[in-house]
Amino acid sequence: MIRFEPRSNPGPFLVYGVPVLAAAIAILLAAIPLALAGAPIIEAYGLMISGAFGSVFSTSEMLTRATPLILTGLAAAIAFRAKLWNIGAEGQLYMGAMAAVAVGAGVIDGPSWVMIPVVILAGMAAGALMLIGPTLLKTRLGVDEVVTTLLLNFIVLLFVQMMLEGALKDPMSMGWPQSEPIIDSAAFPALLERMRVHIGLIIALVSAVALAIFVKRTVWGFEIRAVGENAAAAKFSGISVTKTMILVAALSGGLAGLAGVSEVAGTRGYLATDLSPGYGYAGIVVAMLARLSPIGVIASAFFVASVFVGADSMSRAIGVSSYLADLIVAMALLCVLIGGFLTRFKVHFDRKSAHG
Amino acid sequence: MEIIDILLAASFWEAAIRIATPLIFGVLGALICERAGVLNLGIEGIFTAGAMAGWMAVWLGAGLWGGVLVAALAGAFFGLIHAILTVPLGLSQHVSGIGVTLLATSLSYFTYRTALPDVSSPPRIEPFRPLDIPFLSDLPFIGQALFSQTAMTMLALVLVFVTGWVLYRTPLGLAIRAVGDNPSSVEAQGLSVYGLRIGAVVVGSSLMALGGAFLTMSAFDAFFFGMINGRGWVCIALTVFASWRPGKALIGALLFGAFDAFQVRLQTEVGAFLPSQVFLMMPYILSIIALIVLARKADYPKALLVPWFKGQR
Repeated sequence: MIRFEPRSNPGPFLVYGVPVLAAAIAILLAAIPLALAGAPIIEAYGLMISGAFGSVFSTSEMLTRATPLILTGLAAAIAFRAKLWNIGAEGQLYMGAMAAVAVGAGVIDGPSWVMIPVVILAGMAAGALMLIGPTLLKTRLGVDEVVTTLLLNFIVLLFVQMMLEGALKDPMSMGWPQSEPIIDSAAFPALLERMRVHIGLIIALVSAVALAIFVKRTVWGFEIRAVGENAAAAKFSGISVTKTMILVAALSGGLAGLAGVSEVAGTRGYLATDLSPGYGYAGIVVAMLARLSPIGVIASAFFVASVFVGADSMSRAIGVSSYLADLIVAMALLCVLIGGFLTRFKVHFDRKSAHG
Repeated sequence: MEIIDILLAASFWEAAIRIATPLIFGVLGALICERAGVLNLGIEGIFTAGAMAGWMAVWLGAGLWGGVLVAALAGAFFGLIHAILTVPLGLSQHVSGIGVTLLATSLSYFTYRTALPDVSSPPRIEPFRPLDIPFLSDLPFIGQALFSQTAMTMLALVLVFVTGWVLYRTPLGLAIRAVGDNPSSVEAQGLSVYGLRIGAVVVGSSLMALGGAFLTMSAFDAFFFGMINGRGWVCIALTVFASWRPGKALIGALLFGAFDAFQVRLQTEVGAFLPSQVFLMMPYILSIIALIVLARKADYPKALLVPWFKGQR
């Protein structure tokens, strides 16, 4: 007989150790598909590590990848804290990117200290609106936000495609559906010369710290946690659940929109329909690995980004499909879920006779 | 006038039923899971896994029905993962479902890429042929619209009746519905809540996988990346639309198929005036509208999303 007994107070080893262990197990489990693909396993792991950390360039690539992941991870973390199941970060990211291009590709111009905040605010507002809609449908009409946010991802991507063939199309792009480039004064400056990592990383890190302080130290943060833990009790104690949910939606959608701005204005320079290889969905994994802690999101985004960059470079070197990275990330999510269970419960293997 | 012509053409209804078929499988699968109290957001990935596994089995020489079986087993495998995480462990059904979708999708893509490292165009299989039933297939209108579909469509239609019969006419169905409404009452009768829920999720997931298999083995003859394209999520919306009833699931899927077929035909008629993406958005927008219209009336299984632990009162 297997019995689960709730733990009253999980120690720090469990709280911090379990996610690390889950990530490590996911990496180790990758040996199975690697072996089945007939790849030299030790060499493959070596190539993954050097691909993510082997040089200044590869680390810069890892940090560039981590930037949107921190932001979508924060978007998922704050939403899931309040039990608002925002699975639409991908769509919010694209809306944010599109808003940034709409104002930042030459319609208006000004000095950088004006233009960069302008594109950021436009993108965050667009992302926030994308989530406030489904949230209002949830609080007012009881429409499940999981399905609406998921379906909106597809609608937004088609909308972006439409705009890229229409109003936002770059006439100089020789028929490729892509937007005009972000003008220089709105572009995020690079952090290192000849490297891609840009100030989006600093913005993401600051966002994580700010969100952590917001959740821990402000009344709104307290209300968000209260609604997430027990909406009925929060309502009873006088907290407006609707208002709190809309605040969460604005934050979560805004952060996902900011990820889009950062990709467009920092990494890519223009908008295309392949801007995000699923950063919105990967953000859910990042948030869960971080146990929904904003500071933890930084660490788990670095982990997920290293897996992606490392696997990409390994795949180029020995020809194993780079979908291995997605596989590792998915396994990490499931491992951390099980790990979370083991943090909350003790598992007992009893023999029946032991109880008499 | 032209709209009437479109709606009266047998080829239109033939297309509508074809588009509806994977959704019938998917909605039946989703409603079996949800009736037992478990939301299965693994559906999108399970569709992908069914599409890939079924296709690959046929490509490796298993035969078409062998492929259907392999797809169902792949669905059952991922369903079992979701069931273990959400039923005895009681973990978040939302997060576990997303995890299963990510796992099933990436595993399918990885397997496909590993088996076929560099092919310029996806290899094709010989898919299910349209049926040619003596007499029935020759009937006017319905012969073309219904009886010239493939065997998988017939299987989907049969499963609607089987699911309805099991859910409403057998003790097993009564137990499944009860376990999604009031699990403690089921345990009080000496039945296993875990067993019923896990069984329902595994069976539901294998039906979902058949929806994916239909795409690669009947509607098309090859596997493409991204070919599921949100069909699984649409099924989750249609399940609410169908109020968790197999008969209404069939109607919902057919309405959806008809709308999608109509949208394609409308596009060829008036496509010049509107960007094609407007038409492609329609199915997703329609699903959201259906959810909004029915949200107030939706009678969710009472224990949906609520974990239940053994010995709990």
